[in-house]
Amino acid sequence: MYCLIAAETAIFSIFVVAYLFYIGKSLTGPQPKDVLHAPIFYTVCLLSSSLTVHSAVRRMAAGKTAAFGRWWMLTILLGGTFLFGTAREWRHLIVDESLTIDTNLFGTTYYSLVGLHAFHVTMGLLALITVALFYFANRLRQEHAERLEVLSLYWHFVDAVWVVVFVVVYVIGV
Amino acid sequence: MSANTIVLSEFPAASRPLPLRLHEWVTTVDHKRLGILYILFALVFLVLGGIEATIMRLQLIRPHNDLVSPQVFNRMFTMHGTTMIFFVIMPMVLGFANYLVPLMIGARDMAFPRLNAFSFWMTALGGLFLYFSFVGGNGLYGAGNAPDVGWFAYAPLTAKTFSVGHSTDFWTLSLFVSGVGSIGAGVNLIATILCMRCPGMTLGRMPLLAWMNLTMGSLIILAISPLSAAQLMLLVDRYLGGHFFDTQAGGSAVIWMHFFWVFGHPEVYILVLPAFAFASEIIPVFSRKAIFGYQAMVLATVAIGFISMSVWAHHMFTVGMSAGANTFFVLSTMAIAVPTGIKIFNWLATMWGGKIRFQTPMLFCSAFLFQFLIAGLTGIMQGAAPLDWQLTASYFVVAHFHYVIVGGILFATFGAFYYWFPKVSGKMYSEVLGKLHFWLFIIGFHLTFDFMHIPGILGMPRRIYTYEPGRGWDIWNLIVTIGVFFQAAGILAFAINLIRSYYRGKAAGNDPWDAWTLEWSTSSPPPVYNYAVIPSVRSRRPLWDLKHPEDPDWRYE
Repeated sequence: MYCLIAAETAIFSIFVVAYLFYIGKSLTGPQPKDVLHAPIFYTVCLLSSSLTVHSAVRRMAAGKTAAFGRWWMLTILLGGTFLFGTAREWRHLIVDESLTIDTNLFGTTYYSLVGLHAFHVTMGLLALITVALFYFANRLRQEHAERLEVLSLYWHFVDAVWVVVFVVVYVIGV
Repeated sequence: MSANTIVLSEFPAASRPLPLRLHEWVTTVDHKRLGILYILFALVFLVLGGIEATIMRLQLIRPHNDLVSPQVFNRMFTMHGTTMIFFVIMPMVLGFANYLVPLMIGARDMAFPRLNAFSFWMTALGGLFLYFSFVGGNGLYGAGNAPDVGWFAYAPLTAKTFSVGHSTDFWTLSLFVSGVGSIGAGVNLIATILCMRCPGMTLGRMPLLAWMNLTMGSLIILAISPLSAAQLMLLVDRYLGGHFFDTQAGGSAVIWMHFFWVFGHPEVYILVLPAFAFASEIIPVFSRKAIFGYQAMVLATVAIGFISMSVWAHHMFTVGMSAGANTFFVLSTMAIAVPTGIKIFNWLATMWGGKIRFQTPMLFCSAFLFQFLIAGLTGIMQGAAPLDWQLTASYFVVAHFHYVIVGGILFATFGAFYYWFPKVSGKMYSEVLGKLHFWLFIIGFHLTFDFMHIPGILGMPRRIYTYEPGRGWDIWNLIVTIGVFFQAAGILAFAINLIRSYYRGKAAGNDPWDAWTLEWSTSSPPPVYNYAVIPSVRSRRPLWDLKHPEDPDWRYE
């Protein structure tokens, strides 16, 4: 998983580099500072889900399955909220600001970078939900904690990437 | 799972019906079978890429030749380059790594067998995509066409405006898909080498092949991922109307170059490190000496891995970077010659004073040493920016990188074929045919690629489909094309040797070379489970210790 994370980091770095390189190079509007609003609430949701997934795995390792279930479902809820936030932001940009991926360079780089991250969140959520299904089917036991640890590593990575994306898009980029 | 497979292998293979045997190969997760699949896949594509090269050379045999149209010529060099890099050398070295690494570190399989199968089939799908473009490049409407944008596909050639139809899309998808496969293989190799070593095999006792494949795996992860990212951007540009590489909308064509070469140069080391690995295993065994300077070899390998990530823009000296950037990339390019030089001296020192046996694997490795040195020297020439401004995009560059890839990597790989063929098949190859292959191929190689430098210096640009007579290029192009036939004859001898020896060869026994690494301690071919008892080792040459209990290596290490 560490290797996969290294590979994913390389992919994200390329997209981040492209984003940074193209800041302010758009020939037509809309520009980032006119349309972007930092999604603070949803960011807090995603980052705190790192804590909840960690607690969940610790409960499982200690054999407290019921507590695991609560923390795990909370993680899914927080991740889902974040994804909902991204969806709302995109809807706002597309419908109200008429910014799409082919409008200008900002659109191209913004939707690719944030979209790539949202794709990873979606993948992570699907994995989390799969585990939840196993949990509700009573197939999850204490000895699986190590595998859950691997999944939570991926989830931490997705959160960490968001920190970078947030800084690049909403702090440096506007 | 393993119990099930062991039972299956007790039936003689021939007694089972063909569909069942094929089904086993398709669904296999055994690292040895996947390794063989990788290698066979690479050999098929070697023939395809070779045919494309032959068409190009026949077109250039004399001035004003009109064997193929300019359009077809463009497709040929694009397909030749893409095929040879991504679907010949890559799967070849990954195949050997798959087969050998678990055996050499005393493991029963790779760390993730199913990921391993997934990686192979992704690579195979990538190859299929690429060649499907011959049929479906125009969207299955009438005759198709293949990609014609060159293997590094510079923008804006890849833009929808200049590349209509789907041929470039097939190229992009093919590289993306096979890239996913390669990343999977890289992850798998690293996990296997770090976690699956047998008792006693510390990192410092690991065969050099494992060290070099560990570095290769890391480079795959760090270099193929940017390529995949760049391919995603290209897909966004072509399908969603994005502007990453669209200069009309403020995008940059140069950033594609950076993204491509940040993959492209480490890629060379991804390909050459396994070749180093083969040489590092074969040369000691055929010189009857332990490798000279094991620690220095390991350090040089890792140093190459690091430095190779910081040299990419020496492919771009003529793009117009700042003087500071040019200087940096000249210096880093020169710096990588140091660890490479250390390796060459170590191999020479291993041979020095040894009882050298010049059997086919050793012949190929000796030629590899000599040719790789020349390739490195012409590399340093072009690494100096002023000379590169003169020579860039000429046949000198083409000659240089073919010297690396054919003269270096392919020669070492042929050595590896002959060295490990007895282990993989259980049969001995024919030494006569092997030597014939070597001599035909080395004559052909030098005819083609030595003389290709000269028209390059005389100013012949690469990728031209024909040229004017009377520029002093004619005779050199003729010689270069003649060399192709010798190489083709060599490959034919190689193919006959493999097939004939597989069916009629003498039994090889477990250890035909009196070698020292673990794979020679198990039977040939190895059983599905590799080792009935997991071995434990005390030195870098465990089989030497077994054969010479009176003077084992571990006393000295």
